[in-house]
Amino acid sequence: METLNLLAAGPELILAAGAIILLMFGVFTKGESAAVTTLWLAVGVLVLAGIFAYAQTGDTEYAFGGVFVSDGVSRFANVFMFFGSAVVLILSRDYMIRAKSMLFEFPVLVLFAVLGMAMMVSSADLISLYVGLELQSLSLYVLAAFRRDSTRSTEAGLKYFVLGALSSGLLLYGSSFVYGYAGSTEFVAIAERLKDGDAGVGFLIGLALVIAGLAFKISAAPFHMWTPDVYEGAPTPITAFFATAPKVAASVLLVRVLYGAFGEVADHWWQIIWFLSAASMLVGGVAAIGQTDIKRLMAYSSIGHMGFAMLGLAAGTAKGAESVLIYLAIYLVMNIGVFAFILSMRRDGVHVTKIDDLAGLWKADGLSTFCLGVLMFSLAGIPPLAGFWAKFYVFQAAVDAGLIWLLIVAVAGTVISCFYYLRIVKIMVFDDPADAFDGPMLIENRLTLFGSAVLVFIFVVGGLGVPEMAAEAASVFAK
Amino acid sequence: MIQVLAFYLFAVTAVIAGVMVVFSRNPVHSVLWLIFAFFSSAGLFVMMGAEFLAMLLMIVYVGAVAVLFLFVVMMLDVDFAELRGRVAEYLPIGLAIGLVMLMQLSFGFLAWQEVDAARPAETMARGVGNAHQLGEVIYTKYVYAFQASGLILLVAMIGAIVLTLRHREGVKKQSVMSQLYRDPKEAVVMRDVKPGGSL
Repeated sequence: METLNLLAAGPELILAAGAIILLMFGVFTKGESAAVTTLWLAVGVLVLAGIFAYAQTGDTEYAFGGVFVSDGVSRFANVFMFFGSAVVLILSRDYMIRAKSMLFEFPVLVLFAVLGMAMMVSSADLISLYVGLELQSLSLYVLAAFRRDSTRSTEAGLKYFVLGALSSGLLLYGSSFVYGYAGSTEFVAIAERLKDGDAGVGFLIGLALVIAGLAFKISAAPFHMWTPDVYEGAPTPITAFFATAPKVAASVLLVRVLYGAFGEVADHWWQIIWFLSAASMLVGGVAAIGQTDIKRLMAYSSIGHMGFAMLGLAAGTAKGAESVLIYLAIYLVMNIGVFAFILSMRRDGVHVTKIDDLAGLWKADGLSTFCLGVLMFSLAGIPPLAGFWAKFYVFQAAVDAGLIWLLIVAVAGTVISCFYYLRIVKIMVFDDPADAFDGPMLIENRLTLFGSAVLVFIFVVGGLGVPEMAAEAASVFAK
Repeated sequence: MIQVLAFYLFAVTAVIAGVMVVFSRNPVHSVLWLIFAFFSSAGLFVMMGAEFLAMLLMIVYVGAVAVLFLFVVMMLDVDFAELRGRVAEYLPIGLAIGLVMLMQLSFGFLAWQEVDAARPAETMARGVGNAHQLGEVIYTKYVYAFQASGLILLVAMIGAIVLTLRHREGVKKQSVMSQLYRDPKEAVVMRDVKPGGSL
């Protein structure tokens, strides 16, 4: 355990080196075309790191003297985060050029954010948890405010920064409690200290504060206040980025902390997760109904989905962890597809984000409408689409753990959320057509939308290997 | 004996400087008193054998933070006299908060019990200073956190630049090379101006 073992941290090292080299490349070149080159190179770095992560064995290996762990869970999360972020980067190219915000710092900051996420999902120590989280958060604050000429983008960045700093403070305060009572910051040592199942009051305060800090990051209710404003104000490609990879990273981190460090005292934390899960599912369902802006709608949708993911977490079993991983993977694919479409909603050269703008899209672009409809049905959880299976797995884990009341809330949340997903389909198909969107959709947006719709469709045929990979990953948590 | 004397010297100056930060009329003097308070605290750290912390206090707080304060105080046009004039307005709430904090502290002090749950930090009992000890672990045991912190600072710097730096068009900049290549033959032209006429 006391070795450097750099190979285990290969994907992270590739990202770090890639980000720094691209920063240098960007500094010494000029103009928008050089920035676009940087973006493509960043995509290359992400794909390279993703291939490296996929090629890892998934055996548990420690690096940097035990503060960094590479195992099946980190491998699973890394593969999805890296490829998801690469797709979002490709999609953002056109938008950023149109918004005159195509600076080389944009792909570099995305790389640093993804590096922070990879460090989060691989952390095996409270200090490495915090530095990973901070690296990710700082990059995201800057990205939210990236269109500095837009007051809404600046407002989003500032809001995110202030609330994010508050949540980091809570997390640090909780970590100091945990350290004080465990005598160590390493997860293994904390779990060892809790073996007898006897956690003192100081421990529990620390545990509650750490969960609150992480709940902020995955925007679980009641820590979700920032999400709609930040999602609405940030540039759309960055909203797409916010809604995908960081959610996966923070959720996996929550799994790692709760199962790894605090696995022995599950009877103390499951009520917190129970409440967060129930509140998120209800808030995500009810508050989304009145939304008119599709970015705000997706923000509430993501809050709801995090509630469902935490349903598996509340089960507290290895099967629960497995269902969370499957849920996150499917959620990522569906969201990327939806945002690929939102990014191509342009009228007279201006990006529009109102839901009413979708009216009568069926007549203008039947195939896109169909794909978006499939994704909406999937987000709502209609069988046989992937979104249904995602919910199926977490519900099954919750049934096995006997969380009947939480399941009742979950079913209610699903029914409520069906309303607004299906409303979008209704507006697209049955309403009087609004003015058509600009020109043909870009090939990358079109391919991403079709690709994710197809993936959502064929998930029913054997699950594309995702459930097996998740099961293998979650075996780390089997007792 | 001399240690006790030095302790009281540093302690008393730190307290006096702290009080003067609040009470001095001129905000620039306040910042200077703050720097003095930092110096005194650094002296106290040295006496506790934490010379690395003392140096950090000097370099980070005196060298960077306090100087930044000084710049802010001098550059921003804040009317401190007006702020001070409203002391009476805030006095009741301030006193109330102070009273609550005093009560909390005294409760905490009265309920103080030594328990063995929290342990003191382990020290390396060797004849080397703590800067040396820190140097031994920062690139070995804590290399991950150290390098990651470096990346965080890099991101903070990129963020500050990307959100504030503007390349403006048409700004007149000094061009050293063209200044050096100026030639009196081209720069100075002799004109014969007629009396009463103009160029």
